[in-house]
Amino acid sequence: MKITLNNRIEELAGDIMTVSEMLDAKKFTFKMRIIKINGVFIPKDKYKTALIHEGDNVQMLYLMSGG
Amino acid sequence: MKFSEIREHLSKFKVGIAGAGGLGSNCAVALARTGVGTIVLCDYDIVDISNLNRQYYFTEQAGMFKTEALRDNIAGINPDTVIIAHNIELTTQNIPEIFAGCDVIVEAFDRKEMKEMIAETVQSKIPGIPLVMGSGLAGWGNTGSLKCRRIDNTLFVCGDEETEVSDELPPLAPRVGIVANMQADIVVELLMKTKR
Repeated sequence: MKITLNNRIEELAGDIMTVSEMLDAKKFTFKMRIIKINGVFIPKDKYKTALIHEGDNVQMLYLMSGG
Repeated sequence: MKFSEIREHLSKFKVGIAGAGGLGSNCAVALARTGVGTIVLCDYDIVDISNLNRQYYFTEQAGMFKTEALRDNIAGINPDTVIIAHNIELTTQNIPEIFAGCDVIVEAFDRKEMKEMIAETVQSKIPGIPLVMGSGLAGWGNTGSLKCRRIDNTLFVCGDEETEVSDELPPLAPRVGIVANMQADIVVELLMKTKR
C-alpha cells in the first residue's frame, strides 16, 4: 500500500498495518515520537492497535530532550 | 504594517508557556517585546547560576522562582505585558485548566517525556489550541539544520529533531535562543493571522 509519511509517498507491504508494524517495517529506531494519522493524534498506548490504511497521511515528529 | 499596529493587535491575545528554562524564558521575552498582551508562565524550578549560560535571568536572581524572576525581567522590558505566573508542575490533569483561554501554547520543557505528555494532553483534551514545540537544540554549529515544521494547524515543531542534550553536548545560548525565537515567531505568525 501507499501512504504519505511526513509529506513523502512511501510503499509498504500489505493493505493495512498497525502503527507498531509500520515503525518496525521502516526500522525507525527513535524511541520518542509523536504520530498523527490523518490529523488524529495517536497516543503511545494505541500504537499496537491504531491502523494505517492505503492512502493515509501519517505525520511523525521526533522528541529530543533539551530546552 | 507599522509596529504600533502589530503591537495593538498582539495585545489582545494570551499565550501559554510550559516551562521557563532556556526555551521558555527566551521565548517569553521575545513575545513580550513584540507586544503579546498576556503570558501564562508555568515552572516550579528556581533560578540557578548554572542556568545563566542560556536562560534569561541574572546572577542576583539565583534562588528565586523562575516564573517570578521572569515576571520582573519582562516588567522591565514591556510593562504592558501581563504575566500570570504558576509555580507548579504541569500534569495531564492541570494543563487544560491552567492554559484555558490561551490562544497558543508553547512547549518549553527540558525532558522529552514531558514534551510527549503535553503534546498528548493538549492534542486530546484541548484540541483546538495550537501547540508550538521545541525539539533538538543541543550543542553548537550546524545552524542550518534548525527548522520549523508545520504538522497541521494545531501542531508545530522547531529545532533539528536530532540532537539531544547530554554532558558532552549541553544546551548553549545560541542554539537554544534560535529555537526559542523560532517558537516565538510561529506564535506571532499565528496571532497575526487571527482576527480579533
